[in-house]
Amino acid sequence: MRRSGSRIVVAASLVAAATAPAWVWNPYHLHTLIMAGIFAVLALSLNLLLGYTGQLSLGHAAFFGIGAYASGLLTVKLEWSPWIGLVVAIALPALAGWVIGRLALKIRGAYFVLLTISFAGVVSLVSVNWMELTNGPLGLPGVPPLELALPWLGEVSLRTKSAYYYVVVAAVALCYLVCLGLVRSRVGRALVALRENETLAESVGINVTHYLVLATVVSAAMAGLGGGLYAHYTRFVSPEVFLFTYTVTMVIMVVAGGKGTLAGPVLGAVLFTALPEVLRAATSWQWQMLLYGMLLVIVLFFLPQGIVPAVQRRR
Amino acid sequence: MLGATYSLLGIGLTLVFGLMNVVNFAHGEFYTLGAYATFAALVLGSVNFFLAIPIAIVVGAAAGALCDRVLLRPLRGASIDTVMLVMIGVWIAMQNAELLGWGGVAKNIPTPLPTQPLTAGPVSVAPLRLFVFVVSGLLILGAHLVLAKTKLGRAMRATFQDRETAALMGVSIDRIHTITFAFGAGLAAAAGALLGPVFLLYPSMGDLASLKAFSVVILGGLGNFAGAALGGLVLGIAEELGAGYISSGYRDAVGFIIIVVVLLLRPAGLFARAERVG
Amino acid sequence: MILEVRDLAVRFGGVTAVGGVSFGVAAGTVTSLIGPNGAGKTTAFNVITGFQRPTAGGVMHDGTTITGWRPHRIAARGLVRTFQKTSLFPGLSVHENVLTGLHLRGRVGFVAALLRRGRVGAEERALDDEAERVIGFVGLGARRETLASALPYGEQRLLELAVALAARPRLLLLDEPGSGMTISEKSALAALIQRVRDDGITVFLVEHDMRLVMGISDRVLVLNYGRLIADGSVTEVQRDPEVIRAYLGTGATRERA
Repeated sequence: MRRSGSRIVVAASLVAAATAPAWVWNPYHLHTLIMAGIFAVLALSLNLLLGYTGQLSLGHAAFFGIGAYASGLLTVKLEWSPWIGLVVAIALPALAGWVIGRLALKIRGAYFVLLTISFAGVVSLVSVNWMELTNGPLGLPGVPPLELALPWLGEVSLRTKSAYYYVVVAAVALCYLVCLGLVRSRVGRALVALRENETLAESVGINVTHYLVLATVVSAAMAGLGGGLYAHYTRFVSPEVFLFTYTVTMVIMVVAGGKGTLAGPVLGAVLFTALPEVLRAATSWQWQMLLYGMLLVIVLFFLPQGIVPAVQRRR
Repeated sequence: MLGATYSLLGIGLTLVFGLMNVVNFAHGEFYTLGAYATFAALVLGSVNFFLAIPIAIVVGAAAGALCDRVLLRPLRGASIDTVMLVMIGVWIAMQNAELLGWGGVAKNIPTPLPTQPLTAGPVSVAPLRLFVFVVSGLLILGAHLVLAKTKLGRAMRATFQDRETAALMGVSIDRIHTITFAFGAGLAAAAGALLGPVFLLYPSMGDLASLKAFSVVILGGLGNFAGAALGGLVLGIAEELGAGYISSGYRDAVGFIIIVVVLLLRPAGLFARAERVG
Repeated sequence: MILEVRDLAVRFGGVTAVGGVSFGVAAGTVTSLIGPNGAGKTTAFNVITGFQRPTAGGVMHDGTTITGWRPHRIAARGLVRTFQKTSLFPGLSVHENVLTGLHLRGRVGFVAALLRRGRVGAEERALDDEAERVIGFVGLGARRETLASALPYGEQRLLELAVALAARPRLLLLDEPGSGMTISEKSALAALIQRVRDDGITVFLVEHDMRLVMGISDRVLVLNYGRLIADGSVTEVQRDPEVIRAYLGTGATRERA
């Protein structure tokens, strides 16, 4: 009885999600959903590292930012098509992720966290100081929106919120499926083995470096996609993408939602994008962040595995 | 001079990490706390400057002890990742609490020391910086003496090396943990109190402090007191060089770069001895 | 000789863990490496399986030099080891533990996982069956869904063996498999090791329990202070005076030192 109950809930949410632009009247709410979708992509990417290989990356904002800047710069300065911008937004962070993964060798745990923080810090400083490339703190305005040229419809601008919503939903679905495919296979088991007992994993033939690099690359690529989507949605890129608040928000989404699950990060993303909106009416963003900090601690105390696993255990 | 304060920060962090296996991402916040406590004592409480600093240290240590009692003790057996995330939560909470309490506008701490630089031959030094350097040095020396000579220090070192045996010998592990954490927090607060007058105060000053502390710890090797002391000085010098050669905007990047480079090449730190594998 | 070790030496910080040791392990046998504590046995194991680099000397498997190779490559050649301290995937069930151990038997990689789901499904089913077989072989069938960390100690050691066997070793290296086991658990272990040998897998083990060792070994190697002091059949080693001195004469050596 219970299983079919939860299936109905899941199905209903999917239908609601698919038709949202139809029944969500307030354009601001639609904006919130779009941002939630972008964060869902980011949360899924972080979850791949944190939830499966067990390594925490606090530098994911760097991959996000590199993706945003890559796509932004190419479309603004070189006037390339935004779709190519998106591809580069995926490829460039993936390359950065590869470099980090390859270099990280034996670096694990807290050291890995520091490595990623430092990477993010350096990238952030570069974006602020290298004015010729990135325009520094002034940011990059006028990033073009995505446009789709379909042969029978002509040029369809994806400028409207409704249209962009579907782009984002497609992206979330894509990332979800990628994660699902990886996790339900030998690859996923190898990643988990990394988290559970790396030495044992090596002794049964799992090439630990290879899988860590794989996880980092895919994770970075996804985060980059999120960055690209963000750039073409807000049409403006500035060093603020590297703000630590983004990283923190991602972490909370994954940890509170449920690391190591796939529904967790998505749920976390929706929750923690909607929550600030609810709070925004009442309080300033400092209170939000303060709440976030306390929430993180509280969740870790009472629901160390996150919301989704706690719900699953109830069944 | 900066190097000495970095040493203070680093020593606190390395002790906490080495002894308690806690990655204290909130370390910078105790630094900030120390600075703001000094401000509060001076400006609001009209306390003497030289008295404000010890007060700040006490406040920092107390906050550290509180943090350990309330948050870390219940989590004693939890995985290092959970603790790490909890400390990140503390970091966010503390920083934003400070933002709310003090506002985002930078504050200034006035000092009674003369602003005219003292000159001794070709070297000229601002009295404030000299003061900071001297006090930092004294604190480092003091910390070393406590660790090396006192019964408490011996208990701390014993717990660090072999927790179970120390417990068998009658050392209260819980209390040592609280004291160690408070010690680390107090040192961070001291750094904050000392550097507060030198730079401006703003709530996110702790972020950079945290990072530099980690930089120092990685340079010196985890749990390595002398390494952290030396590491602080190395970082200070490296920053001066970096700021001079590249550009001052990248000054803070030096800390990051050091972390990355050392982690990649010599994860045990520059001053650590070769570890035995297996 | 399926495994050959030549002039193997491991020295660090002034300590000589292993000092110039040479021996060979014959295929299809159960060979044991014994010696007093600190004789360098686990160090030798670490070097052979790639977890540690030797200061000098070489390790050869089936004629190929594998010295300094990374552990997963060595495992891919069919040399799989267990660990002295219980080493499992604690958060996973028995079944999942063994499935993970079957890593080398799968071929699905990143691309296949995403694009060739049919192949993934078939592989998963095949691996599932294989996992059942291995779990049955060590006798943990009833514990299939139990979390590894929830198993009693003796069963955890069996699970370790299962995970190692899943990796399809041709040479299985067991590091103190009997440590912490009761007498009845040890005789069950002995029987299991013999079944493994009968399946065609060469077994090379490090052990402290003399009864266990003498009961199942075809050959025994004795290490003391990093040097090989005996190499032969069970009866030969039992009678070797140097071996007797090494085990019983430690009082005298301590006095001299």
